[in-house]
Amino acid sequence: MSGRVASALLAGVLSACSPGGASAEVLVSAAASLTDVFAEIEDAFETANPAVDVILNVAGSATLREQITAGAPADVFASADLRNITVLSEDGAIKSGITVFATNQLEIAVPPGNPAGVSGLADFERTDLLVGLCAPGVPCGDFARSALQLAGVTPAPDTNEPNVRALLTKIAAGELDAGIVYTTDVVAAANGVDGVMIPASHNVTAQYPVATLIDSPNPEGAAAFVAFVLSPSGRSILAEHGFGVP
Amino acid sequence: MDRPTVTKRGVSGPPLVIVLLAAVGLAVFVVPLFGLLVQTPWGGLARLLSSDVVLDAIRLSLVSSIAATVISAVVGVPLAWLLARVDFPGRALVRGLVLLPLVLPPVVGGAALLFALGRRGVVGEPLYEMTGLVLPFSTWGVILAATFVSMPFLVITVEGALNSLDRRYEGAAASLGAKRGAVLRRITLPLIRPSLVAGLVLAWARALGEFGATITFAGNLQGRTQTLPLAVFVALESDRDTAIALSLLMVVISLTVLVVLRSRWWRPS
Repeated sequence: MSGRVASALLAGVLSACSPGGASAEVLVSAAASLTDVFAEIEDAFETANPAVDVILNVAGSATLREQITAGAPADVFASADLRNITVLSEDGAIKSGITVFATNQLEIAVPPGNPAGVSGLADFERTDLLVGLCAPGVPCGDFARSALQLAGVTPAPDTNEPNVRALLTKIAAGELDAGIVYTTDVVAAANGVDGVMIPASHNVTAQYPVATLIDSPNPEGAAAFVAFVLSPSGRSILAEHGFGVP
Repeated sequence: MDRPTVTKRGVSGPPLVIVLLAAVGLAVFVVPLFGLLVQTPWGGLARLLSSDVVLDAIRLSLVSSIAATVISAVVGVPLAWLLARVDFPGRALVRGLVLLPLVLPPVVGGAALLFALGRRGVVGEPLYEMTGLVLPFSTWGVILAATFVSMPFLVITVEGALNSLDRRYEGAAASLGAKRGAVLRRITLPLIRPSLVAGLVLAWARALGEFGATITFAGNLQGRTQTLPLAVFVALESDRDTAIALSLLMVVISLTVLVVLRSRWWRPS
Protein backbone atom coordinates (compact mmCIF):
# COMPACT_ATOMS: atom_id res chain seq x y z
CA MET A 1 0.00 0.00 0.00
CA SER A 2 2.87 2.36 0.69
CA GLY A 3 3.91 1.75 -2.92
CA ARG A 4 0.54 2.99 -4.05
CA VAL A 5 0.75 6.04 -1.82
CA ALA A 6 4.27 6.75 -3.06
CA SER A 7 3.19 6.44 -6.67
CA ALA A 8 0.25 8.74 -6.09
CA LEU A 9 2.63 11.29 -4.59
CA LEU A 10 5.05 10.78 -7.44
CA ALA A 11 2.26 11.32 -9.96
CA GLY A 12 1.38 14.58 -8.25
CA VAL A 13 4.96 15.81 -8.22
CA LEU A 14 5.60 14.84 -11.81
CA SER A 15 2.43 16.44 -13.14
CA ALA A 16 3.23 19.57 -11.14
CA CYS A 17 6.63 19.73 -12.84
CA SER A 18 5.23 19.25 -16.31
CA PRO A 19 4.41 22.47 -18.18
CA GLY A 20 1.60 20.59 -19.94
CA GLY A 21 0.84 20.50 -23.65
CA ALA A 22 4.05 19.84 -25.57
CA SER A 23 5.63 17.83 -22.79
CA ALA A 24 8.77 16.01 -23.88
CA GLU A 25 9.54 14.16 -20.70
CA VAL A 26 10.62 10.55 -20.56
CA LEU A 27 10.01 8.93 -17.19
CA VAL A 28 12.56 6.18 -16.61
CA SER A 29 12.16 3.82 -13.65
CA ALA A 30 15.58 2.26 -13.12
CA ALA A 31 17.01 -0.24 -10.62
CA ALA A 32 19.17 1.19 -7.79
CA SER A 33 22.34 -0.42 -9.16
CA LEU A 34 21.89 1.62 -12.38
CA THR A 35 21.95 4.96 -10.49
CA ASP A 36 25.33 6.20 -11.75
CA VAL A 37 25.34 4.74 -15.24
CA PHE A 38 21.79 5.89 -16.04
CA ALA A 39 22.59 9.41 -14.83
CA GLU A 40 25.38 9.47 -17.43
CA ILE A 41 23.19 7.90 -20.13
CA GLU A 42 20.54 10.53 -19.31
CA ASP A 43 23.08 13.34 -19.89
CA ALA A 44 24.27 11.83 -23.17
CA PHE A 45 20.70 11.24 -24.38
CA GLU A 46 19.62 14.78 -23.52
CA THR A 47 22.66 16.19 -25.29
CA ALA A 48 21.67 14.23 -28.39
CA ASN A 49 17.97 15.17 -27.95
CA PRO A 50 17.88 18.67 -26.46
CA ALA A 51 14.07 18.86 -26.55
CA VAL A 52 13.66 15.82 -24.32
CA ASP A 53 13.91 15.80 -20.55
CA VAL A 54 14.64 12.42 -18.99
CA ILE A 55 13.41 12.01 -15.42
CA LEU A 56 15.02 9.15 -13.52
CA ASN A 57 13.11 7.37 -10.78
CA VAL A 58 15.63 5.13 -9.03
CA ALA A 59 14.66 2.48 -6.46
CA GLY A 60 14.83 -1.26 -5.86
CA SER A 61 13.45 -3.21 -8.83
CA ALA A 62 10.63 -4.68 -6.75
CA THR A 63 9.60 -1.25 -5.47
CA LEU A 64 9.54 0.09 -9.02
CA ARG A 65 7.43 -2.85 -10.15
CA GLU A 66 4.96 -2.11 -7.30
CA GLN A 67 4.81 1.54 -8.34
CA ILE A 68 4.12 0.67 -11.98
CA THR A 69 1.47 -1.91 -11.03
CA ALA A 70 -0.19 0.74 -8.85
CA GLY A 71 -0.41 3.08 -11.85
CA ALA A 72 2.57 5.39 -11.38
CA PRO A 73 3.35 7.13 -14.67
CA ALA A 74 6.42 5.60 -16.34
CA ASP A 75 7.65 5.30 -19.92
CA VAL A 76 10.58 2.93 -19.47
CA PHE A 77 11.40 0.23 -16.90
CA ALA A 78 14.98 -0.97 -16.46
CA SER A 79 15.10 -3.79 -13.92
CA ALA A 80 18.05 -5.49 -12.24
CA ASP A 81 16.51 -8.90 -12.80
CA LEU A 82 14.20 -10.72 -15.17
CA ARG A 83 11.71 -11.68 -12.45
CA ASN A 84 10.25 -8.24 -11.77
CA ILE A 85 9.88 -7.34 -15.45
CA THR A 86 8.36 -10.76 -16.19
CA VAL A 87 5.70 -10.18 -13.54
CA LEU A 88 4.80 -6.88 -15.24
CA SER A 89 4.78 -8.58 -18.62
CA GLU A 90 2.32 -11.21 -17.33
CA ASP A 91 0.14 -8.35 -16.05
CA GLY A 92 0.13 -6.90 -19.58
CA ALA A 93 1.99 -3.74 -18.53
CA ILE A 94 4.91 -4.14 -20.97
CA LYS A 95 4.59 -2.72 -24.48
CA SER A 96 7.73 -3.58 -26.42
CA GLY A 97 9.75 -6.76 -26.25
CA ILE A 98 12.00 -7.18 -23.24
CA THR A 99 15.68 -6.69 -24.16
CA VAL A 100 18.65 -7.55 -21.95
CA PHE A 101 20.94 -4.53 -22.30
CA ALA A 102 23.59 -5.25 -19.68
CA THR A 103 24.96 -7.94 -17.40
CA ASN A 104 26.62 -7.71 -14.05
CA GLN A 105 28.45 -10.02 -11.68
CA LEU A 106 28.75 -10.18 -7.95
CA GLU A 107 31.70 -9.13 -5.86
CA ILE A 108 32.38 -8.93 -2.13
CA ALA A 109 32.63 -5.31 -0.99
CA VAL A 110 34.76 -4.51 2.06
CA PRO A 111 35.68 -1.21 3.74
CA PRO A 112 38.83 0.45 2.32
CA GLY A 113 41.90 -1.61 3.27
CA ASN A 114 39.77 -4.68 4.15
CA PRO A 115 40.32 -4.28 7.94
CA ALA A 116 38.69 -7.62 8.82
CA GLY A 117 40.79 -9.55 6.26
CA VAL A 118 37.80 -10.96 4.38
CA SER A 119 39.00 -13.41 1.73
CA GLY A 120 35.92 -15.07 0.27
CA LEU A 121 32.33 -16.20 0.53
CA ALA A 122 33.17 -18.52 3.46
CA ASP A 123 33.65 -15.46 5.67
CA PHE A 124 29.89 -14.87 5.49
CA GLU A 125 29.48 -17.82 7.88
CA ARG A 126 31.61 -16.18 10.58
CA THR A 127 29.64 -14.80 13.50
CA ASP A 128 32.59 -12.72 14.77
CA LEU A 129 32.29 -10.48 11.69
CA LEU A 130 29.53 -7.99 10.91
CA VAL A 131 28.33 -8.95 7.44
CA GLY A 132 25.38 -7.73 5.41
CA LEU A 133 23.37 -8.85 2.39
CA CYS A 134 20.52 -7.34 0.41
CA ALA A 135 17.16 -8.60 1.65
CA PRO A 136 15.58 -11.65 0.00
CA GLY A 137 13.29 -10.51 -2.80
CA VAL A 138 15.69 -7.71 -3.77
CA PRO A 139 17.71 -8.84 -6.83
CA CYS A 140 21.12 -8.36 -5.20
CA GLY A 141 19.88 -10.33 -2.19
CA ASP A 142 18.59 -13.22 -4.27
CA PHE A 143 21.76 -13.33 -6.40
CA ALA A 144 23.98 -13.22 -3.31
CA ARG A 145 22.11 -16.14 -1.77
CA SER A 146 22.47 -18.13 -5.01
CA ALA A 147 26.23 -17.50 -5.00
CA LEU A 148 26.51 -18.48 -1.31
CA GLN A 149 24.55 -21.65 -2.03
CA LEU A 150 26.87 -22.50 -4.94
CA ALA A 151 29.80 -22.08 -2.55
CA GLY A 152 28.07 -24.24 0.08
CA VAL A 153 28.03 -21.39 2.59
CA THR A 154 25.18 -20.81 5.05
CA PRO A 155 25.39 -17.07 5.70
CA ALA A 156 24.92 -15.44 9.11
CA PRO A 157 24.05 -11.88 8.01
CA ASP A 158 23.75 -9.14 10.63
CA THR A 159 21.46 -7.13 8.39
CA ASN A 160 19.32 -7.60 5.28
CA GLU A 161 19.41 -4.22 3.57
CA PRO A 162 16.50 -2.98 1.44
CA ASN A 163 18.71 -2.14 -1.55
CA VAL A 164 22.29 -2.35 -2.72
CA ARG A 165 23.01 1.35 -2.07
CA ALA A 166 22.01 1.09 1.59
CA LEU A 167 24.31 -1.93 1.94
CA LEU A 168 27.21 -0.07 0.28
CA THR A 169 26.82 2.95 2.58
CA LYS A 170 27.22 0.77 5.66
CA ILE A 171 30.26 -1.03 4.21
CA ALA A 172 31.93 2.22 3.12
CA ALA A 173 31.37 3.64 6.63
CA GLY A 174 33.21 0.60 8.04
CA GLU A 175 30.17 -0.48 10.04
CA LEU A 176 29.96 -3.77 8.16
CA ASP A 177 33.04 -5.91 7.49
CA ALA A 178 31.70 -7.26 4.20
CA GLY A 179 28.68 -7.44 1.94
CA ILE A 180 27.84 -8.95 -1.43
CA VAL A 181 27.18 -6.32 -4.10
CA TYR A 182 27.56 -5.94 -7.86
CA THR A 183 30.97 -5.65 -9.52
CA THR A 184 29.88 -2.27 -10.88
CA ASP A 185 29.31 -0.98 -7.34
CA VAL A 186 32.92 -1.74 -6.48
CA VAL A 187 34.17 -0.19 -9.76
CA ALA A 188 32.44 3.11 -8.96
CA ALA A 189 35.17 4.87 -6.97
CA ALA A 190 32.62 7.20 -5.39
CA ASN A 191 31.28 4.30 -3.34
CA GLY A 192 34.53 4.11 -1.32
CA VAL A 193 34.74 0.33 -0.97
CA ASP A 194 37.34 -2.28 -1.93
CA GLY A 195 36.48 -5.51 -3.71
CA VAL A 196 37.20 -9.17 -3.09
CA MET A 197 36.62 -11.35 -6.16
CA ILE A 198 34.17 -14.24 -6.15
CA PRO A 199 35.46 -17.20 -8.22
CA ALA A 200 33.60 -17.71 -11.52
CA SER A 201 32.39 -21.14 -10.39
CA HIS A 202 30.40 -19.53 -7.56
CA ASN A 203 29.47 -16.29 -9.27
CA VAL A 204 26.09 -15.41 -10.68
CA THR A 205 25.38 -13.27 -13.72
CA ALA A 206 22.68 -10.67 -13.27
CA GLN A 207 20.79 -9.69 -16.42
CA TYR A 208 19.36 -6.18 -16.79
CA PRO A 209 16.27 -6.07 -19.01
CA VAL A 210 14.69 -2.89 -20.33
CA ALA A 211 11.23 -2.37 -21.84
CA THR A 212 8.75 0.37 -22.67
CA LEU A 213 5.44 0.35 -20.83
CA ILE A 214 1.92 0.05 -22.21
CA ASP A 215 0.61 3.07 -20.25
CA SER A 216 3.55 5.21 -21.31
CA PRO A 217 2.56 8.90 -21.51
CA ASN A 218 5.33 9.47 -24.09
CA PRO A 219 5.72 6.35 -26.30
CA GLU A 220 8.04 8.00 -28.87
CA GLY A 221 10.35 9.31 -26.17
CA ALA A 222 10.31 5.91 -24.47
CA ALA A 223 11.29 4.11 -27.68
CA ALA A 224 14.03 6.66 -28.37
CA PHE A 225 15.50 6.25 -24.88
CA VAL A 226 15.53 2.45 -25.10
CA ALA A 227 17.13 2.65 -28.56
CA PHE A 228 19.80 4.93 -27.11
CA VAL A 229 20.57 2.52 -24.25
CA LEU A 230 21.05 -0.26 -26.84
CA SER A 231 23.07 1.96 -29.22
CA PRO A 232 26.91 1.95 -29.40
CA SER A 233 26.97 5.19 -27.29
CA GLY A 234 24.81 3.62 -24.59
CA ARG A 235 26.82 0.40 -24.65
CA SER A 236 30.13 2.20 -24.25
CA ILE A 237 28.83 4.14 -21.21
CA LEU A 238 27.62 0.86 -19.70
CA ALA A 239 31.00 -0.80 -20.35
CA GLU A 240 32.87 2.13 -18.75
CA HIS A 241 30.88 1.52 -15.57
CA GLY A 242 31.88 -2.14 -15.48
CA PHE A 243 28.72 -3.67 -16.95
CA GLY A 244 28.90 -6.51 -19.43
CA VAL A 245 27.19 -5.64 -22.72
CA PRO A 246 25.63 -8.59 -24.56
CA MET B 1 -38.16 18.14 26.89
CA ASP B 2 -35.65 17.80 24.05
CA ARG B 3 -37.24 20.42 21.87
CA PRO B 4 -35.39 23.50 23.10
CA THR B 5 -32.02 21.78 22.52
CA VAL B 6 -32.98 20.70 18.99
CA THR B 7 -34.13 24.21 18.11
CA LYS B 8 -31.00 25.72 19.55
CA ARG B 9 -28.77 23.41 17.49
CA GLY B 10 -30.77 24.18 14.38
CA VAL B 11 -30.14 27.87 14.84
CA SER B 12 -26.50 27.90 15.91
CA GLY B 13 -25.15 24.76 14.21
CA PRO B 14 -21.58 24.79 12.89
CA PRO B 15 -21.10 26.75 9.63
CA LEU B 16 -21.33 24.55 6.55
CA VAL B 17 -17.94 25.73 5.25
CA ILE B 18 -16.19 24.57 8.39
CA VAL B 19 -17.95 21.20 8.30
CA LEU B 20 -16.97 20.68 4.65
CA LEU B 21 -13.32 21.65 5.20
CA ALA B 22 -13.19 19.42 8.28
CA ALA B 23 -14.58 16.56 6.21
CA VAL B 24 -11.81 17.04 3.65
CA GLY B 25 -9.30 17.08 6.50
CA LEU B 26 -10.70 13.85 7.89
CA ALA B 27 -10.63 12.26 4.43
CA VAL B 28 -6.86 12.76 4.30
CA PHE B 29 -6.60 10.31 7.20
CA VAL B 30 -9.45 7.99 6.34
CA VAL B 31 -8.96 7.40 2.61
CA PRO B 32 -5.56 5.64 2.95
CA LEU B 33 -6.99 3.46 5.73
CA PHE B 34 -9.87 2.56 3.44
CA GLY B 35 -7.39 1.55 0.75
CA LEU B 36 -5.68 -0.72 3.25
CA LEU B 37 -8.96 -2.34 4.29
CA VAL B 38 -9.98 -2.96 0.67
CA GLN B 39 -6.71 -4.79 -0.06
CA THR B 40 -6.66 -6.82 3.17
CA PRO B 41 -6.70 -10.60 2.59
CA TRP B 42 -9.24 -11.20 5.38
CA GLY B 43 -9.41 -14.98 4.92
CA GLY B 44 -5.71 -15.61 5.50
CA LEU B 45 -5.22 -12.96 8.16
CA ALA B 46 -4.77 -15.31 11.12
CA ARG B 47 -2.25 -17.46 9.25
CA LEU B 48 -0.32 -14.41 7.95
CA LEU B 49 -0.12 -12.82 11.40
CA SER B 50 1.08 -15.94 13.22
CA SER B 51 4.28 -16.48 11.23
CA ASP B 52 7.67 -16.30 12.97
CA VAL B 53 8.62 -13.12 11.11
CA VAL B 54 5.48 -11.32 12.30
CA LEU B 55 5.67 -12.52 15.91
CA ASP B 56 9.35 -11.52 16.13
CA ALA B 57 8.55 -8.09 14.69
CA ILE B 58 5.66 -7.53 17.13
CA ARG B 59 7.83 -8.49 20.11
CA LEU B 60 10.72 -6.30 18.97
CA SER B 61 8.45 -3.34 18.24
CA LEU B 62 6.84 -3.52 21.69
CA VAL B 63 10.17 -3.91 23.49
CA SER B 64 11.92 -1.11 21.60
CA SER B 65 9.04 1.39 21.65
CA ILE B 66 8.42 0.92 25.38
CA ALA B 67 12.17 1.11 26.15
CA ALA B 68 12.46 4.30 24.08
CA THR B 69 9.49 5.82 25.96
CA VAL B 70 11.01 4.96 29.35
CA ILE B 71 14.38 6.47 28.35
CA SER B 72 12.60 9.55 27.00
CA ALA B 73 10.75 9.96 30.31
CA VAL B 74 13.87 9.55 32.44
CA VAL B 75 15.98 12.09 30.54
CA GLY B 76 13.36 14.06 28.61
CA VAL B 77 11.33 15.35 31.56
CA PRO B 78 14.41 16.91 33.26
CA LEU B 79 15.32 18.43 29.90
CA ALA B 80 11.84 19.92 29.53
CA TRP B 81 11.99 21.25 33.12
CA LEU B 82 15.36 22.94 32.49
CA LEU B 83 14.10 24.48 29.26
CA ALA B 84 10.95 25.80 30.94
CA ARG B 85 12.35 26.94 34.28
CA VAL B 86 16.02 27.87 33.94
CA ASP B 87 17.08 30.82 31.82
CA PHE B 88 20.54 29.61 30.78
CA PRO B 89 22.63 31.02 27.94
CA GLY B 90 21.91 29.34 24.59
CA ARG B 91 18.50 28.09 25.71
CA ALA B 92 16.95 28.89 22.32
CA LEU B 93 19.67 26.87 20.59
CA VAL B 94 19.20 23.91 22.96
CA ARG B 95 15.44 24.02 22.36
CA GLY B 96 16.11 24.01 18.61
CA LEU B 97 18.45 21.02 18.92
CA VAL B 98 15.89 19.08 20.94
CA LEU B 99 13.17 19.73 18.36
CA LEU B 100 15.40 19.04 15.35
CA PRO B 101 14.39 15.35 15.02
CA LEU B 102 10.78 16.53 14.47
CA VAL B 103 11.68 18.13 11.15
CA LEU B 104 14.78 16.16 10.16
CA PRO B 105 14.09 13.27 7.77
CA PRO B 106 14.53 10.16 9.96
CA VAL B 107 16.97 8.68 7.45
CA VAL B 108 19.24 11.69 8.04
CA GLY B 109 18.96 11.10 11.78
CA GLY B 110 19.88 7.45 11.21
CA ALA B 111 22.93 8.38 9.13
CA ALA B 112 23.99 10.90 11.79
CA LEU B 113 23.64 8.23 14.48
CA LEU B 114 25.71 5.86 12.34
CA PHE B 115 28.52 8.36 11.83
CA ALA B 116 28.52 9.29 15.53
CA LEU B 117 27.83 6.02 17.31
CA GLY B 118 28.80 3.37 14.75
CA ARG B 119 31.83 1.15 15.26
CA ARG B 120 33.93 3.69 13.31
CA GLY B 121 32.04 6.76 14.59
CA VAL B 122 33.53 9.65 16.59
CA VAL B 123 31.93 8.45 19.81
CA GLY B 124 31.26 4.86 18.79
CA GLU B 125 34.89 3.96 18.04
CA PRO B 126 36.28 4.74 21.53
CA LEU B 127 33.18 3.09 23.01
CA TYR B 128 33.83 -0.03 20.92
CA GLU B 129 37.52 -0.15 21.82
CA MET B 130 36.83 0.26 25.54
CA THR B 131 33.79 -1.98 25.93
CA GLY B 132 33.43 -4.01 22.73
CA LEU B 133 29.90 -2.64 22.43
CA VAL B 134 28.58 -2.26 18.87
CA LEU B 135 25.31 -0.31 18.67
CA PRO B 136 24.45 -0.65 14.95
CA PHE B 137 22.82 -3.96 13.99
CA SER B 138 21.74 -4.50 17.63
CA THR B 139 18.43 -4.08 19.48
CA TRP B 140 20.09 -1.26 21.46
CA GLY B 141 20.56 0.52 18.15
CA VAL B 142 16.84 0.16 17.44
CA ILE B 143 15.99 1.60 20.87
CA LEU B 144 18.43 4.48 20.39
CA ALA B 145 17.01 5.35 16.96
CA ALA B 146 13.47 5.25 18.38
CA THR B 147 14.49 7.45 21.32
CA PHE B 148 16.12 9.95 18.97
CA VAL B 149 12.94 10.47 16.93
CA SER B 150 10.38 10.18 19.73
CA MET B 151 11.79 12.12 22.71
CA PRO B 152 11.10 15.58 21.17
CA PHE B 153 7.35 14.84 21.39
CA LEU B 154 7.64 14.34 25.14
CA VAL B 155 9.92 17.34 25.72
CA ILE B 156 7.78 19.75 23.68
CA THR B 157 4.57 18.63 25.40
CA VAL B 158 5.93 18.76 28.95
CA GLU B 159 7.75 22.06 28.40
CA GLY B 160 4.54 23.60 27.06
CA ALA B 161 2.62 22.40 30.11
CA LEU B 162 5.26 23.77 32.48
CA ASN B 163 5.19 27.12 30.74
CA SER B 164 1.43 27.47 30.94
CA LEU B 165 1.23 26.27 34.55
CA ASP B 166 -0.02 28.78 37.11
CA ARG B 167 3.15 29.16 39.14
CA ARG B 168 1.33 30.56 42.18
CA TYR B 169 0.63 26.97 43.34
CA GLU B 170 4.33 26.21 43.39
CA GLY B 171 5.00 29.59 45.05
CA ALA B 172 2.44 28.87 47.74
CA ALA B 173 3.94 25.43 48.45
CA ALA B 174 7.43 26.93 48.63
CA SER B 175 6.30 29.73 50.94
CA LEU B 176 4.82 27.08 53.24
CA GLY B 177 8.27 25.53 53.50
CA ALA B 178 8.27 22.81 50.83
CA LYS B 179 11.71 22.00 49.40
CA ARG B 180 12.20 22.35 45.64
CA GLY B 181 12.16 18.57 45.10
CA ALA B 182 8.96 18.23 47.10
CA VAL B 183 7.31 21.03 45.11
CA LEU B 184 8.24 19.25 41.87
CA ARG B 185 6.99 15.89 43.11
CA ARG B 186 3.85 17.00 45.00
CA ILE B 187 2.70 20.04 43.03
CA THR B 188 4.28 20.41 39.59
CA LEU B 189 4.19 16.84 38.27
CA PRO B 190 0.57 16.16 39.43
CA LEU B 191 -0.53 19.43 37.83
CA ILE B 192 1.03 18.60 34.45
CA ARG B 193 0.01 14.94 34.57
CA PRO B 194 -2.40 15.11 31.60
CA SER B 195 0.31 16.68 29.43
CA LEU B 196 2.91 14.25 30.72
CA VAL B 197 0.70 11.29 29.77
CA ALA B 198 -0.08 12.87 26.41
CA GLY B 199 3.64 13.39 25.77
CA LEU B 200 4.44 9.80 26.73
CA VAL B 201 1.71 8.45 24.45
CA LEU B 202 2.85 10.59 21.52
CA ALA B 203 6.47 9.56 22.07
CA TRP B 204 5.50 5.91 22.27
CA ALA B 205 3.36 6.13 19.12
CA ARG B 206 6.21 7.81 17.24
CA ALA B 207 8.67 5.16 18.46
CA LEU B 208 6.32 2.37 17.33
CA GLY B 209 6.07 3.83 13.83
CA GLU B 210 9.77 4.62 13.51
CA PHE B 211 11.33 3.38 10.27
CA GLY B 212 13.95 5.56 8.56
CA ALA B 213 16.42 6.10 11.38
CA THR B 214 16.12 2.45 12.41
CA ILE B 215 16.87 0.89 9.03
CA THR B 216 19.74 3.34 8.44
CA PHE B 217 21.35 2.99 11.86
CA ALA B 218 20.37 -0.46 13.08
CA GLY B 219 19.90 -2.37 9.83
CA ASN B 220 17.28 -5.05 9.29
CA LEU B 221 17.50 -8.53 10.81
CA GLN B 222 14.58 -10.66 11.94
CA GLY B 223 14.44 -11.03 15.72
CA ARG B 224 17.19 -8.49 16.37
CA THR B 225 16.45 -5.24 14.55
CA GLN B 226 13.43 -5.93 12.31
CA THR B 227 10.55 -3.99 13.88
CA LEU B 228 7.00 -3.96 12.46
CA PRO B 229 7.57 -1.02 10.06
CA LEU B 230 10.74 -2.66 8.72
CA ALA B 231 8.94 -5.98 8.33
CA VAL B 232 6.20 -4.17 6.37
CA PHE B 233 8.76 -2.51 4.10
CA VAL B 234 10.65 -5.72 3.38
CA ALA B 235 7.45 -7.72 2.91
CA LEU B 236 6.16 -5.17 0.37
CA GLU B 237 9.02 -6.24 -1.91
CA SER B 238 8.28 -9.95 -1.72
CA ASP B 239 5.07 -10.80 0.11
CA ARG B 240 2.34 -8.22 -0.34
CA ASP B 241 -0.35 -10.00 1.67
CA THR B 242 1.88 -10.18 4.74
CA ALA B 243 2.80 -6.51 4.29
CA ILE B 244 -0.87 -5.51 4.23
CA ALA B 245 -1.74 -7.75 7.19
CA LEU B 246 1.15 -6.20 9.17
CA SER B 247 0.05 -2.69 8.23
CA LEU B 248 -3.46 -3.44 9.41
CA LEU B 249 -2.07 -4.81 12.68
CA MET B 250 -0.12 -1.59 13.25
CA VAL B 251 -3.25 0.47 12.62
CA VAL B 252 -5.26 -1.63 15.08
CA ILE B 253 -2.60 -1.52 17.82
CA SER B 254 -2.02 2.23 17.47
CA LEU B 255 -5.68 3.16 17.21
CA THR B 256 -6.63 1.00 20.20
CA VAL B 257 -3.95 2.48 22.41
CA LEU B 258 -4.63 6.07 21.35
CA VAL B 259 -8.40 5.79 21.77
CA VAL B 260 -8.26 3.91 25.08
CA LEU B 261 -5.63 6.20 26.58
CA ARG B 262 -7.41 9.31 25.47
CA SER B 263 -10.72 8.30 26.98
CA ARG B 264 -9.17 7.13 30.27
CA TRP B 265 -6.31 9.41 31.17
CA TRP B 266 -5.52 11.94 28.56
CA ARG B 267 -8.08 14.71 28.70
CA PRO B 268 -6.72 18.05 27.52
CA SER B 269 -7.50 20.68 30.21
